[in-house]
Amino acid sequence: MTSSPDHLPTMARSSLSDRLAPYGPILILVLLVVFGFLAIPSMSSWLTLTVSGLAMGMMIFIMASGLTLVFGLMDVINFGHGAFVSVGAFVGVSFLLLLQHMTGAPSLLLNLTALLVAIIGAMLATGIMGWAFERVIVKPVYGAHLKQILVTMGGLIVVEQLIIVLWGPEEIYITRPEALKGAITFAGAALEKYRLVAVGIGLVIFLLMRWILRHTKIGLIVRAGVENGEMVEALGYRLRLVFVGVFMAGSALAGLGGVLWGLYQEVITAHMGNEVMILIFIVVIIGGLGSVEGCFIGALLVGLLQNYVAFLEPKVALISNIGLMVAILMWRPMGMIPVVKAK
Amino acid sequence: MADPILTLSGVKTNIAQYHILQGVDLDVPRGQVTMLLGRNGVGKTTTLRSVIGLWRAHEGTILFDGEDITRRPTPAIARMGIGFVPEDMGIFSDLTVEENMTLAAVSGPVDSARLDWLFSVFPPLKTFWKGYAGTLSGGQKQMLCIARAMIEERKLYLIDEPTKGLAPAIISTMARALRELKAQGASILLVEQNFAVARALGDGAAVMDDGRIIWAGAMRELATDKDLQERLMGLSLEAS
Ligand SMILES: Nc1ncnc2c1ncn2[C@@H]1O[C@H](COP(=O)(O)OP(=O)(O)OP(=O)(O)O)[C@@H](O)[C@H]1O
Ligand SMILES: [Mg+2]
Repeated sequence: MTSSPDHLPTMARSSLSDRLAPYGPILILVLLVVFGFLAIPSMSSWLTLTVSGLAMGMMIFIMASGLTLVFGLMDVINFGHGAFVSVGAFVGVSFLLLLQHMTGAPSLLLNLTALLVAIIGAMLATGIMGWAFERVIVKPVYGAHLKQILVTMGGLIVVEQLIIVLWGPEEIYITRPEALKGAITFAGAALEKYRLVAVGIGLVIFLLMRWILRHTKIGLIVRAGVENGEMVEALGYRLRLVFVGVFMAGSALAGLGGVLWGLYQEVITAHMGNEVMILIFIVVIIGGLGSVEGCFIGALLVGLLQNYVAFLEPKVALISNIGLMVAILMWRPMGMIPVVKAK
Repeated sequence: MADPILTLSGVKTNIAQYHILQGVDLDVPRGQVTMLLGRNGVGKTTTLRSVIGLWRAHEGTILFDGEDITRRPTPAIARMGIGFVPEDMGIFSDLTVEENMTLAAVSGPVDSARLDWLFSVFPPLKTFWKGYAGTLSGGQKQMLCIARAMIEERKLYLIDEPTKGLAPAIISTMARALRELKAQGASILLVEQNFAVARALGDGAAVMDDGRIIWAGAMRELATDKDLQERLMGLSLEAS
């Protein structure tokens, strides 16, 4: 009577490149930071640029993370994702303007409370809006990519116009809460306080998402669903419901990103979401469609590269991210952390 | 045995514009292993997928445990107590073996006694418990896939070619697992091309051709009648 092999297989020594492959994306990130360090003459400028690159990357990650999961789960291409960024910014900024007595007070606690209220308000608004957007705009075009692109772009235009109706056509200028203005000096470098806060929030969001995806059942369902949705349903999970939840969460995160981005630029417009979409798409594509980790590293790469290049060679800044995307896709055509897809 | 656990009557399923199932009538009795046999491409996989709702039957009815499930969504059908092992295994390779199993236990945490039993049947699952399912060998993936369906007690198991492409040693592991499952009184609808396995496990058999069931009866009868095999499947099966 034979049984299955119960021996422990000895692993053949894999080549160095094979063993390094999973760390490739992180290695690139480290290399980029080192490159910046070598290329930028002064240590303090490098530090300043690195922090602002990380801050920008974190904000892009927050805005992009939902989009990558939405694509991974249901193969839905949402060109209207930027709408949530804009709406989030307008709702959040409206709260901040309402709470001016708190944002203007020289108290970190009051400032942060106001910011938190603005963020929660923006996320609630965009989360609910995500639910409506999914039902009305995305659901009727499941499985049809061309229609998705057209319809979601249409949705974006409608939302932009609604913003103009509600808040007027003018851009709105906003100042950061009192305690987040200015910079701290560290090792001779001026580090804007707000950027440090953005880095912190981004990191928390990333770690939280990672934890949910790895350690909760809903996270398992999402990861499994990205790979093989049919099998997830055959096990007994309603993938559609999970998808709606992910869509709403992704929209709410885009809204959060909008608030942060608005405060970063210190001005908001109805088109700001659409303008940042190009960066978001680059990040989602180079990260690997459906991969949150890839999205995170991709966003940091984009943020850092943009800041380094803008300092070193301002003329090239605009195309540097496109160049990055081309280079990464030549290396890994499915993105840095390619997601296995059934069939 | 009273009423069958699963009854298909006049089930017709189209895939795109093709009429694949052309009126399938099939009974799966409770507590028995029913073999679904037939040449390649006759619609065995399509039949299983129609039951679980991954393809939609556009005509006919599918009764499971006395309820009409023809129009129910897949997750609802699965939750009624069906374990499904698809032909392509449907392993989540980006998840660990542990995570694959956790996910398969839909109604709560993994039952540790049942898990120990599965470990005893499929030792590699224990060895690679924390490893990514994508790194398993083909045979180990197949074990994982079957163990996933068996992690909770189900009223019916739909299993599509569990021994496809496996070495004889692993085939006997699979056969043993299915035998133990059968001994627990499970109802199983099993597609199996390996006739030795089919003969050893099957109580009943149904033979398909061209999207229909062309013969149904006792496995014993089919196993011993070479003329019948010849007529039904165009070949005589090794009945050594
Ligand atoms: N996605 C699909 N699109 C079009 N035709 C399909 C599709 N899936 C299956 N078919 C066709 O349906 C028919 C039945 O396929 P099915 O997979 O049910 O056969 P099977 O009996 O399981 O065969 P095998 O023994 O090779 O697994 C085949 O002719 C096949 O070509
Ligand atoms: Mg088949």
